[in-house]
Amino acid sequence: MSEVLLEAREVSKRFGGVKALTGVSLTIRRGEIYGLIGPNGAGKTTFFNCLTGLYVPDGGGFVFDGQPLQADAPQKAAVRGIARTFQNIRLFPEMTALENVMVGRHVRTCAGVLGAMLRTRATQLEEARIRRRAEELLYYVGIADRAGDLARNLSYGDQRRLEIARALATEPRLLCLDEPAAGMNGAETEALKGLIDGIRQDGITVLLIEHDMKLVMGLCDRLAVLDYGQKICEDVPAVVQKDKRVIEAYLGEVPEDA
Amino acid sequence: MRHPILRALLRLSRHKALLLLGGGAILLALPFVAMLGGQAWVRILDLAILYVFLALGLNIVVGFAGLLDLGYIAFYAVGAYTWALLASPHFGLHLPFWVILPIGALLACLFGVLLGAPTLRLRGDYLAIVTLGFGEIIRIFLNNLNAPVNITNGPQGITLIDPVKFGAFSFSSRTEIFGYTLVGPQKYYFLLLALCVLVVGINYRLQHSRIGRAWQAIREDEIAAKAVGIDTRNMKLLAFAMGASFGGIAGGIYAAMQGFVSPESFSLIESIMVLAMVVLGGMGHIPGVILGAVLLAVLPEALRFAVLPVQQALFGKVLVDPESLRMLIFGLALVLVMRFRPQGLWPSPERKRELLAGQEGRT
Ligand SMILES: Nc1ncnc2c1ncn2[C@@H]1O[C@H](COP(=O)(O)OP(=O)(O)O)[C@@H](O)[C@H]1O
Ligand SMILES: [Mg+2]
Repeated sequence: MSEVLLEAREVSKRFGGVKALTGVSLTIRRGEIYGLIGPNGAGKTTFFNCLTGLYVPDGGGFVFDGQPLQADAPQKAAVRGIARTFQNIRLFPEMTALENVMVGRHVRTCAGVLGAMLRTRATQLEEARIRRRAEELLYYVGIADRAGDLARNLSYGDQRRLEIARALATEPRLLCLDEPAAGMNGAETEALKGLIDGIRQDGITVLLIEHDMKLVMGLCDRLAVLDYGQKICEDVPAVVQKDKRVIEAYLGEVPEDA
Repeated sequence: MRHPILRALLRLSRHKALLLLGGGAILLALPFVAMLGGQAWVRILDLAILYVFLALGLNIVVGFAGLLDLGYIAFYAVGAYTWALLASPHFGLHLPFWVILPIGALLACLFGVLLGAPTLRLRGDYLAIVTLGFGEIIRIFLNNLNAPVNITNGPQGITLIDPVKFGAFSFSSRTEIFGYTLVGPQKYYFLLLALCVLVVGINYRLQHSRIGRAWQAIREDEIAAKAVGIDTRNMKLLAFAMGASFGGIAGGIYAAMQGFVSPESFSLIESIMVLAMVVLGGMGHIPGVILGAVLLAVLPEALRFAVLPVQQALFGKVLVDPESLRMLIFGLALVLVMRFRPQGLWPSPERKRELLAGQEGRT
């Protein structure tokens, strides 16, 4: 088993005249927390969308766990073991928190129409397992007490946690989080940090897009910086923090004589 | 050893068990009560219950999977013509019902897949328009497939269709039981009731299964559903095929019950009617859909009986003919429901809870 879990090779994507991604290559190792940062509109979400099959890249592609990713249908990415959350939360609003996570088990379970109609013993057992696992995951992300509430009635922070629980339910090997701390207060962010660290300790590799620099620098093993669709830097946090181009990208042009 | 059904009954609370037994008794007694008013009323009951069956089939497509299907009646037509062609003097075939019904269901299912496979990537309004077109195409085909080879007998339709028969027991003739004479429509009522109970059970089980959850997920957020690995295309196709199969079965029974089918029974307005039943009752909520179907099937008929005498009594003559009044009231009812109860007359408790929560939030 090689050390590399995901390799992006020269991924490009454009929307009309906008070059959202230009030849982005990066490698993510097993078991690390890999950060993807960059100013607004740098192409981070677009990178996620290409990786999870929502968009088809114009050029380049991904190798996941030694085999190329067929990036033509999102459900295939999930089957391969890539789960994600969305920058603008996408839960199933009219389903309860528990049901949301149960939907996440879909891809790892198999009851079909006949099983459901006849309610065979196998189906009942599987259904019980789905429910139990969903309950465990809600507990794991810390919202077990909201299991019966409709997703839309949860607080913002709880919705983010629920989305993570749903993603974990698919048994991913790579969990992609798109700005999970957006809109969270300090305490919530701190708890989230613990959660993400715990997920990594359970053996799941994490790809993290985040704006909160404190969170990124404290959490990530390595990170890449995107600017105008190009990777301008990839290294450990301590090095990235000092990189001149990164500082420029974030603060605008730094005058020569400043 | 207790019988499983008995055990299930015993597990229910006393309140629910009473409700179930009472409801069951009423359902069993209905055709006899209706018979007091004449066979016509029993026929209305039959149609109502057939519509319940149809609406529950469409509920899988519209209510569960959230796919707007405006051509649902086409599958009903496929089932009806399958029965008509395989059990009538038209081709001289008289196959038994247990052969025809599965063929009808399978054919309808096949048509469902044929329609669904290329169109299910369309969303909302676009899908509605394509399915609408499909429904009309089927009807027009039925209308015109009498030349050069006469398959459907064109607009005249097919007559003398065999009734449902279990061996020598025919559903269309009279039977003496315990000194009471059961007429054909009463017997069909019980057959349809049994089928309906079955389809209600299937609806419930599907809804609370892995498949049902996947459908709801697709309905609520298709992109999120894909992201968790649901093959949305196949799931939608599945919903389409299942709804179509139920439509096919209903069509078969309809053909046998009426003894006659013609293309005009399968016009767009019928599709709209069934869709209205689902929406009016409360999309996706099974008791609501049943209520919607019964209301929309029975009220217009009842109206037809009431309108003439009432007008005679009030004005001394008939001013508005019942048929146009029917459409008027139907339209008005739909507008009122959409305005004041957009979630349907009897929505699922979850949606109601949520609505209340929303109101609390506002005040
Ligand atoms: N579906 C789309 N259609 C057109 N332009 C898009 C689309 N998605 C993203 N973009 C553009 O691509 C660029 C990168 O966007 P995005 O990946 O969302 O940035 P980030 O997540 O880093 O803030 C932006 O200029 C954005 O406007
Ligand atoms: Mg973004």
